Amino acid sequence: MLLNGKLITHKNIAGDYYLMEFKSHELAEAAGPGQFVHVKCGSTNDPLLRRPISIHKADKDKGIIALLYRVAGKGTRLLSLMEPGDLLDVMGPLGNGFQLPKPSEKVAVVAGGIGVAPLFFLVQLLVNAGNDVQMYIGARTSQDLLAVKDIKKLGVDVKLATDDGSAGYHGLVTDLLPEKLQKVDRIYTCGPFPMMKSVAYLANKYNVPAQVSLEEKMGCGVGACLACSCKIKINGESVYKRVCTEGPVFNAGEVDWEC
Amino acid sequence: MLKPNLAVDIGGIVMQNPVTTASGTFGFGREYSEYVSINELGALVVKGTTLYPRQGNAVPRIAETPAGVLNSIGLQNPGVDYLIEHYVPFFKSLQVPVIVNISGETVEEYAAVAEKLDKAGGVAGIEVNISCPNVKKGGMAFGSDPAMAAEVTKAVKSSTTIPVIIKLSPNVTDITKVAEAVAAAGADALSLINTLLGMAIDITTRRPVLGNVMGGLSGPAVKPVALRAVWQVYKAVELPIIGMGGISTAEDALEFILAGAAAVAVGTANFVNPRATIEVKQGIERYLIENGIKNINDLIGAAHGN
Ligand SMILES: Cc1cc2nc3c(=O)[nH]c(=O)nc-3n(C[C@H](O)[C@H](O)[C@H](O)COP(=O)(O)OP(=O)(O)OC[C@H]3O[C@@H](n4cnc5c(N)ncnc54)[C@H](O)[C@@H]3O)c2cc1C
Ligand SMILES: Cc1cc2nc3c(=O)[nH]c(=O)nc-3n(C[C@H](O)[C@H](O)[C@H](O)COP(=O)(O)O)c2cc1C
Ligand code: FES
Repeated sequence: MLLNGKLITHKNIAGDYYLMEFKSHELAEAAGPGQFVHVKCGSTNDPLLRRPISIHKADKDKGIIALLYRVAGKGTRLLSLMEPGDLLDVMGPLGNGFQLPKPSEKVAVVAGGIGVAPLFFLVQLLVNAGNDVQMYIGARTSQDLLAVKDIKKLGVDVKLATDDGSAGYHGLVTDLLPEKLQKVDRIYTCGPFPMMKSVAYLANKYNVPAQVSLEEKMGCGVGACLACSCKIKINGESVYKRVCTEGPVFNAGEVDWEC
Repeated sequence: MLKPNLAVDIGGIVMQNPVTTASGTFGFGREYSEYVSINELGALVVKGTTLYPRQGNAVPRIAETPAGVLNSIGLQNPGVDYLIEHYVPFFKSLQVPVIVNISGETVEEYAAVAEKLDKAGGVAGIEVNISCPNVKKGGMAFGSDPAMAAEVTKAVKSSTTIPVIIKLSPNVTDITKVAEAVAAAGADALSLINTLLGMAIDITTRRPVLGNVMGGLSGPAVKPVALRAVWQVYKAVELPIIGMGGISTAEDALEFILAGAAAVAVGTANFVNPRATIEVKQGIERYLIENGIKNINDLIGAAHGN
């Protein structure tokens, strides 16, 4: 759907990171974890295209959608200037999100940096469904560890890792995984490509199914322009799929990680 | 006042209003069905189709420039046989004409695709892309040489009875030369413009932004160039023109119509506003009513005076 959502809150939560909440009952009702909205940043022709931002939270009762984003360039900088009361021009919910596991399954969720944005929504649903969830969050510094408190509040155990050792384990979040992977039934991950690639490698090694959320530059967001292609292996052959439509969530085993 | 007449005739394709979609920006139509009822459009122009499936170019395939977009999709498409099997039944279910955009690496390939579409039915027009800047073979090479352009036109015309629209490239010294050549070769109508060849460089990585290095520029940034091309071609040939390049609003569309376009296509603007086609149509109708113009055809080329 295409709508104007009224901003309720908008906060700079740390460094370049912002948390925005806007009102839309229809969107909150329709949204699934791993889906995204396509946002018009600013009202002029520069930047021209919409920007894909994951749905961070969807509160169906209150009709509120939350977005968690990092100021990366022109578009997100303009977005960060919006104030409560302003109307946000969004399309969504778009894309093919995470597939939920059976309630009995033990799940590991691995986030890198801003990749935690879509995973909060997922973790919340997993907790509500009664899944046993172990969360891993990695980032460059303690400042870049996002949504940790919110996730802990759900009663989920969170293991942290930072590149500079300023919080949690000093090193890559994927270093923490091997001891756990023998004991989980499913993995979900979103973050930088190299991180997801090593999660996919480990998932394959320990024979655990994993779902990854990919990123690509987008045009339309609805499958019409073929800008957002990514390589997916089907029966050993690499074919292009659209991140905006068949994705952004794919099975890790199907992604062509060498591209 | 009575509702003005919005219907136009593009080389035998009757459109209930002058607004259509630019190939490659609207998929095969269904992608936007949540936002646009296709039956309200004048026609649907779908993604470029080739004889064999094409994977397209490496990513990133899209980059932004001020008020514009560079794309290097590279004609990714499932091939004409797939289109006929999976999309033509949908085309047949629509009440508006569907125009299939085609491309080829050789003259024979263009002809073969046209012949298959002719047999399949459900296709009201064939738009021949001789102007794609994103493929190594064929594409723009045909569009920048009047003799080659004429050859492709003749080959397609002799393979089908469906009206043939030739889509021209702005990446030429004199667009009227190509327009004249394809008109003489039997084209039923013209589409212009395709994208302008351009590029962008990322100063952090110090490499070209697009995976394919160069790409085609579209969006509001190209509008003045497109409008100029329509103006020149309208003066040079008698054929109906589908004008495109940076149209986002009814005002933009009206400029093209006044310059000589009988119909207009909305491309990149769909990405920004998925309802752009419908809003352009409604705005044109409002303009006609407000200005007491009974027939859109009276406006075509009106900026040229008499
Ligand atoms: C499905 C999806 C969900 C996303 N969810 C979130 C989210 O929840 N929070 C968040 O902060 N970001 C998210 N992103 C990334 C976000 O879309 C980009 O950061 C944003 O488009 C950058 O726009 P800009 O104008 O600020 O920067 P630009 O000036 O356009 O670019 C700045 C930098 O960001 C990179 N970039 C631009 N577009 C993208 C893109 N689509 N994906 C990845 N990198 C890009 C550029 O290469 C450049 O290095 C998501 C991307 C996708 C594809
Ligand atoms: C993503 C994208 C894909 C395109 N694919 C095609 C195509 O397959 N065949 C074609 O003839 N033109 C293609 N075009 C060109 C458009 O149809 C149109 O001529 C051009 O973009 C100018 O119009 P606009 O500024 O309104 O987008 C494509 C343009 C874009 C942006
Ligand atoms: S962004 Fe257009 S097809 Fe995915």
